[in-house]
Amino acid sequence: MPHSAEERARIVTIKGSTVEVRGLSSYRMGEITYVGDEKLIGEVIEIERDFATVQVYEPLEGLKINDPVYPTGKSLSAELGPGLLSNIFDGIQRPLEQIKKLSASSFIQRGIQINALDRHKKWQFEPNKDLTKGHFVKGGDVLGSVQETETIKCNILVPPNTNGELLSIQENGEFKITDPIAELKGSDKKKEELTLMHEWHVRIARPFLKKLPVREPLVTGQRIIDMFFPIAKGGTAAIPGGFGTGKTILQHQLSKWSDADVVIYIGCGERGNEMTDVLRSFPKLVDPHTQNPLMDRTSLIANVSNMPVAAREASIYMGITMAEFYRDQGFNVLLTADSTSRWAEALREIAGQLEEMPVEEGYPAYLGARLANFYERAGQVIALGSPYREGSINITAAVSPPGGDFSEPVTANTKRFVKTFWGLDPNLANRKHFPSINWLNSYSGYIKVIEEWALESGLEDWGRYRQEMFTILQKDDELQHIAELIGSKALPADEQLIILVADIIKEGFLQQNAFDKVDSFCPIEKQMKMMKLMLLFYNRAEVLIRNGCPISLITNLKTVQILKRIKEDVPNDNIIQMNKIEDYIHTDMEELGSKYGYKV
Amino acid sequence: MARITVRGVSEIRGPIIIIEGVTGIRMGEYLEVKLPNKPTRKGRVLAIEEERVIILLYQGTYELEKDEIETEFFGRTMQLFVAEDMIGRVFNSQGEPLDGLPGIYSDEYRDINGSPINPTSRIYPRDYIETGISSIDSMNTLVRGQKLPIFTGAGLPNNQLIGQIVKQARIVGAEGEDKFAIVFGAMGLTMDDYIYFQRLFEETGTLDKVVMFTNLASDSAAERLITPRVALTTAEYLAFDKGYHVLAILSDITNYCQALREVSVALETVPARKGFPGYMYSDLASIYERAGIIEGSQGSITLIANLTMPNDDITHPIPDLTGYITEGQIILDRSLHNRGIYPPIDVLGSLSRLMKDGIGEGYTRKDHPSLSNQLYASYAEGLDKRRLAEVIGKKELNRRDQILYEFADKFEDNFVNQGDVYRSIEDSLNLGWSLLSNLPETELTKVSEALIREHIQNKGADSD
Ligand SMILES: Nc1ncnc2c1ncn2[C@@H]1O[C@H](COP(=O)(O)OP(=O)(O)OP(=O)(O)O)[C@@H](O)[C@H]1O
Ligand SMILES: [Mg+2]
Repeated sequence: MPHSAEERARIVTIKGSTVEVRGLSSYRMGEITYVGDEKLIGEVIEIERDFATVQVYEPLEGLKINDPVYPTGKSLSAELGPGLLSNIFDGIQRPLEQIKKLSASSFIQRGIQINALDRHKKWQFEPNKDLTKGHFVKGGDVLGSVQETETIKCNILVPPNTNGELLSIQENGEFKITDPIAELKGSDKKKEELTLMHEWHVRIARPFLKKLPVREPLVTGQRIIDMFFPIAKGGTAAIPGGFGTGKTILQHQLSKWSDADVVIYIGCGERGNEMTDVLRSFPKLVDPHTQNPLMDRTSLIANVSNMPVAAREASIYMGITMAEFYRDQGFNVLLTADSTSRWAEALREIAGQLEEMPVEEGYPAYLGARLANFYERAGQVIALGSPYREGSINITAAVSPPGGDFSEPVTANTKRFVKTFWGLDPNLANRKHFPSINWLNSYSGYIKVIEEWALESGLEDWGRYRQEMFTILQKDDELQHIAELIGSKALPADEQLIILVADIIKEGFLQQNAFDKVDSFCPIEKQMKMMKLMLLFYNRAEVLIRNGCPISLITNLKTVQILKRIKEDVPNDNIIQMNKIEDYIHTDMEELGSKYGYKV
Repeated sequence: MARITVRGVSEIRGPIIIIEGVTGIRMGEYLEVKLPNKPTRKGRVLAIEEERVIILLYQGTYELEKDEIETEFFGRTMQLFVAEDMIGRVFNSQGEPLDGLPGIYSDEYRDINGSPINPTSRIYPRDYIETGISSIDSMNTLVRGQKLPIFTGAGLPNNQLIGQIVKQARIVGAEGEDKFAIVFGAMGLTMDDYIYFQRLFEETGTLDKVVMFTNLASDSAAERLITPRVALTTAEYLAFDKGYHVLAILSDITNYCQALREVSVALETVPARKGFPGYMYSDLASIYERAGIIEGSQGSITLIANLTMPNDDITHPIPDLTGYITEGQIILDRSLHNRGIYPPIDVLGSLSRLMKDGIGEGYTRKDHPSLSNQLYASYAEGLDKRRLAEVIGKKELNRRDQILYEFADKFEDNFVNQGDVYRSIEDSLNLGWSLLSNLPETELTKVSEALIREHIQNKGADSD
């Protein structure tokens, strides 16, 4: 460190996860500093006269007043380049596998400084054929590519805010992540070497050319989402719910099955075993869209609940920056964060240590602004540079409201910034109706867009089926209220039929067992067909009822049971079996009709 | 590390003392306060503001005299000597023997705060533990390495349930079954409860397998903050260094959290909900997350904790934050208890998150996943019908609703209400099927036809 003894900065107070420092040679917000003899990593978060407050990303035990603090001149940055996928990092992007190896311990030790990306590994670089010496390149231009995993070919980009005349570019060959692959002469005539990786300040959104309106769905294979409350590529969704209502499982499902190119999964202040679960299962699961292991498109950030709070705060920014990096290469990225409430709590804890004035339930006044800032980083964009690329970031974030109360500050503020709301319902979870997304108070702001997409994609009936099913569910809700008072027996037959069909929809369509081999992922064609069959059942039964057929004859039809079990019993690609069920329904109804002389 | 000794304090506030004009003190370090003619008290440095050191005294500050006390700083965090021969012993919260035997002398010691387990080092827990209790084994299966609290209410038989688990639990199929130990952390336990547990261990012949750490209701509240840490430090040593399957029992988390609140109020931290500090989630996580299994070690830590819900309120911050951290919860229900049902487990409200990978073919039995799904669903429906019947009268229910209504009754009376007896998991699952045989087949939508054929021979009840 180039600092003489006199100008050395020193710790003056130590509290919670922050230290106050005096004597920094310069004071810059966001500067990374090394704290104490062990050089714990910290970041300047407040400056007051000669003092800076530094939040430290590691436990502070053992630090003393007057311990040295070293400025670095850098801001909290992410390393961006091949090697992020198939990997797992902590909240400040230290690779956990490497930490394990370095410390030779199963427990996370302090003071380990280690690069995010492997400095020894060699990557096969393939230059962009269109580039030649003398070419003027600018931020975002594709210099070439590296096959990062079987699934993902990582574009090597000129970093944003960099441009100049290309002095040289490497041929096809193997390079380490820090080897120069191209050389530029910038406007200031200085030479600049470009490598397979670059760094980016995580708290600053990466630039793009233009934001575009969203236009197609993120297909998730989860029926209640795809058919009822869809999310667009580039869209945002919140998953609020009390403990045990299914937020994590839903996020695992989205990460596994949705048709994103790249998934960034942030475990922010949640359970260690849940990260282990992903880590152990994803390499064995096959991506239904590419047939490669799911891990090939996934990068994990794990800052679990008992890891340092300040790093939990950082983990969200680290994740979104990595997402932007893949977006800029032209990928559709899904970012899931579990849970943003733990991130907000980290903010609150640190604000408390700064003695900031709390506004609501101890949260600082800027909670809303920080959330807005985060969700703003989602979207569908035209990336900088050439060739032309579009990419997107989806954010789906879990929210963990205390006591399951959605009026609390984090849920309420989140609601202001997300377009899709999958509200998890403890009553449904309690009866093990999963996913426990409440169909009456959830919403999607992307219905119109997706309706248009459906029309163009040969799914003309999507909007109609959706509406018809919704109508049944809404009527059912009203009828349930009445039935609670008088019993369903007292309802007229046509209303009893609605209750019956709603029951088929709830059990046979809305419920989806994440742990069933077949049901876990449901292709869109099967979803549509299931809707079709359920509505067909309703329409045919309705005619019978109108002609005087007693409801009990319909309730006892074998088809009811069959409809409820299509999701598990019919293999996902077995259209023939689906058609057979359609025939059953017709036969069943016609038999009833002819046997009892009702018109069908 | 050099020790520093200081005389006098400048402030005393609740369990907190503040010493001024001292340098060289480390964050989090362990210290002892010596008093003339009284036992030494122990503490921890919570914060340092220049020359002001803020200290938590675990035995409180009662009767401290401002100028008389002498504080010795140890230059390191609080440590616990650990050894295999702690098994069978009784200690106070600081690891000092209470059983009249000599203290533990060992060259192995551990920082009681532990360190987070690297998620890449964890082994995902999958081996179920047979507790011999139907509502747990079939419906909320406990897995070795899981952390599972019991949410209880004042006067409910949670201790009896833990007793039954201790008596009956077998770690099915595990190697080294003999290497089994219980680590018990009593936090603010009443004498009655304490004696209950002591008897339990005696009667079950496990006394020589138990390490007890004791903080009773009459002991200092602040000391409760170290009890679980000392207990889990011991558990980690036994499990991860010595290969024991450890069952860690903590009782009662509510007392622990109240102590946490007391200290945070004394420190004037901004409260989050009900006066509890905003960091309670992280603090509790630093306890619960110490359970689990790690690579390269034979042992495991399974954590069961008593948690008394204040006013039976599950949304209270203590159960709420716990539920957000643990891998499920067993909820005891007052109305079941009042109807004489034991164990009064609320089967639907309870949850075991690790069940999904610990049951089914190759683990428990092939039919287990869909059978339990069917039981949840039919029981939930039955409870709906019970509520409906309360409004319109049972006679007004239609035939289907009546059958479901009766199913819920039978499920509670026969399946849940098993009494203090052992039931093998096979028996529990079979009992589940026999209850289902009372339902018309049209109700059995969670189980495949093949399973129905296999498990229900004479397809019980008729349909209407
Ligand atoms: N789609 C699903 N299919 C089957 N079971 C599910 C599904 N979703 C949730 N569950 C059940 O609910 C349990 C709790 O789900 P999950 O862990 O996702 O809750 P959570 O909302 O993340 O809770 P917490 O806030 O405490 O983390 C799971 O362990 C599982 O048993
Ligand atoms: Mg979760």
